[in-house]
Amino acid sequence: MTHEILLAGFGGQGILFSGKFLAYDGLLEEKEVSWLPSYGPEMRGGTCNCSIILSDTKIGSPIVSNPNVLVAMNLPSLDKFEASAVPGAKIFVDSSLIDRKVERDDVEVYYIPATKLASDENLPGLANMIMIGHVIAKADVMPYENVEKTMKKLVPAKKANLIELNIKAVELGYNY
Amino acid sequence: MAEKVLMKGNEALAEAAIMAGCRHYFGYPITPQTEIAAYMAKRMPVIGGTFLQAESEVAAINMIYGAAAAGKRAMTSSSSPGIALKSEGISYLAGSDLPALIINVQRGGPGLGGIQPSQSDYFQSTKSAGHGDFKLIVLAPASVQEMVDLTFKGFDLADKYRMPAMLLSDGTMGQMMEPVSLEMGEVKEYDKSSWAACGTKCEREHNVVNSLFIQPEELERYNFERYERYAQIEANEVMYDEYRMEDAEICIVAYGVAARVSQNAIDKAREAGIKVGMIRPITLWPFPKAVLNAAADKVKAFISVELSMGQMIEDVELAIRCKKPVLLCNRVGGMIPTTEDVLGSINKANSLGGDK
Repeated sequence: MTHEILLAGFGGQGILFSGKFLAYDGLLEEKEVSWLPSYGPEMRGGTCNCSIILSDTKIGSPIVSNPNVLVAMNLPSLDKFEASAVPGAKIFVDSSLIDRKVERDDVEVYYIPATKLASDENLPGLANMIMIGHVIAKADVMPYENVEKTMKKLVPAKKANLIELNIKAVELGYNY
Repeated sequence: MAEKVLMKGNEALAEAAIMAGCRHYFGYPITPQTEIAAYMAKRMPVIGGTFLQAESEVAAINMIYGAAAAGKRAMTSSSSPGIALKSEGISYLAGSDLPALIINVQRGGPGLGGIQPSQSDYFQSTKSAGHGDFKLIVLAPASVQEMVDLTFKGFDLADKYRMPAMLLSDGTMGQMMEPVSLEMGEVKEYDKSSWAACGTKCEREHNVVNSLFIQPEELERYNFERYERYAQIEANEVMYDEYRMEDAEICIVAYGVAARVSQNAIDKAREAGIKVGMIRPITLWPFPKAVLNAAADKVKAFISVELSMGQMIEDVELAIRCKKPVLLCNRVGGMIPTTEDVLGSINKANSLGGDK
């Protein structure tokens, strides 16, 4: 089983961090893992994306050109990547920031107002992890029971308050 | 087996250098290799090493010359235009028979170019890293694990043969994270007492480190001696990896990120019944000539997949004595060939007639 995941949004939304969360879980599960951030002009211009591959077999190219899981956290990202998703892909849209619908009819689409939920639930800056929680619920990228363990691996113990908030955000997205 | 950790290629490489005994790092920032310098800046003071951000690339490489002349493991890192600035110092290192490790995390060129991945410094690294007759050992990692393993190897080979080695990476390898094991075994110590300028304690003659030989006979002798060593390296240190070559009729030659993309394309082509494999050079110098030449008797065509306008392809053609056609599959300027690009070239190669 191979997941080719593309996370995309604005710089500052925590795209790279949420990608790292999935990658760390892959590491703990002893899967083959690659994580590749955009570091080019698009990052400097404000948009940001991150390729993650989780696989049972050796990974070739670390570049995800045709994701089977796409997370779009702003309109430019959905515009740019919608067409690239494989047929049957699962597309996750932050519907509080993107007011259009996905146009393709050969993919499964999940709309979740992650940015609004983060603000309503007093989880500032954690829309990314709400999205990831929803991805975990719908796309089988990692077992839900790993969330706490993986978060503790990723976030240093001295930032314990962040661990708790991040887990809360994942739970919120998972149960949405 | 040590526990694996997730690290960026650049950071894993920096940690590997420290584990290999490097305590002297001199550099100057440039994307996409700056994480190496940042990592060294954080770690070196803690372990009693030296991190110094020089005023320029030229200064940094000459600091390497100083540390290497004193017999210490020293490393610098940069990206394409920065390596060009270091080329004078690299030639002086070679001319003085000094070991050092130079990292090039390549970006697009020429000129200031761009900041995205590239492999367009192949000629620069393997043919002409500076003026004069000399070679660099050139190692090309294709994973974060190889960023670690080849850093370790690079220091060892540099010491073993008393010459500079280069790790030729690219922006993708530098920026990506993969699980990596940092267990690397013993660091082999080499006796440098016969040449290193590290203090005589008034107990021996001075060692002189120098690349100026005004008598032509003497300079010629050093050049010949150096090339005898290079011949040993060509005989003993070639490294490559083979992928699905057992029954291949088409042979892809690719290194670094191009090899990773090619692997996907090979798997897809195999599903369609096309017999294609890959020989991946791990040492770009010495180039794996013999294995390619042997493959030329079995396959009907080669494809050189590279992020350049066609540089390594010349070495492939030379290695196989032009016995079989060699196609070029390339993207440049920071673009990376897609699986489909490589598949297109595989189909083209497959449609070629010709005897096997």
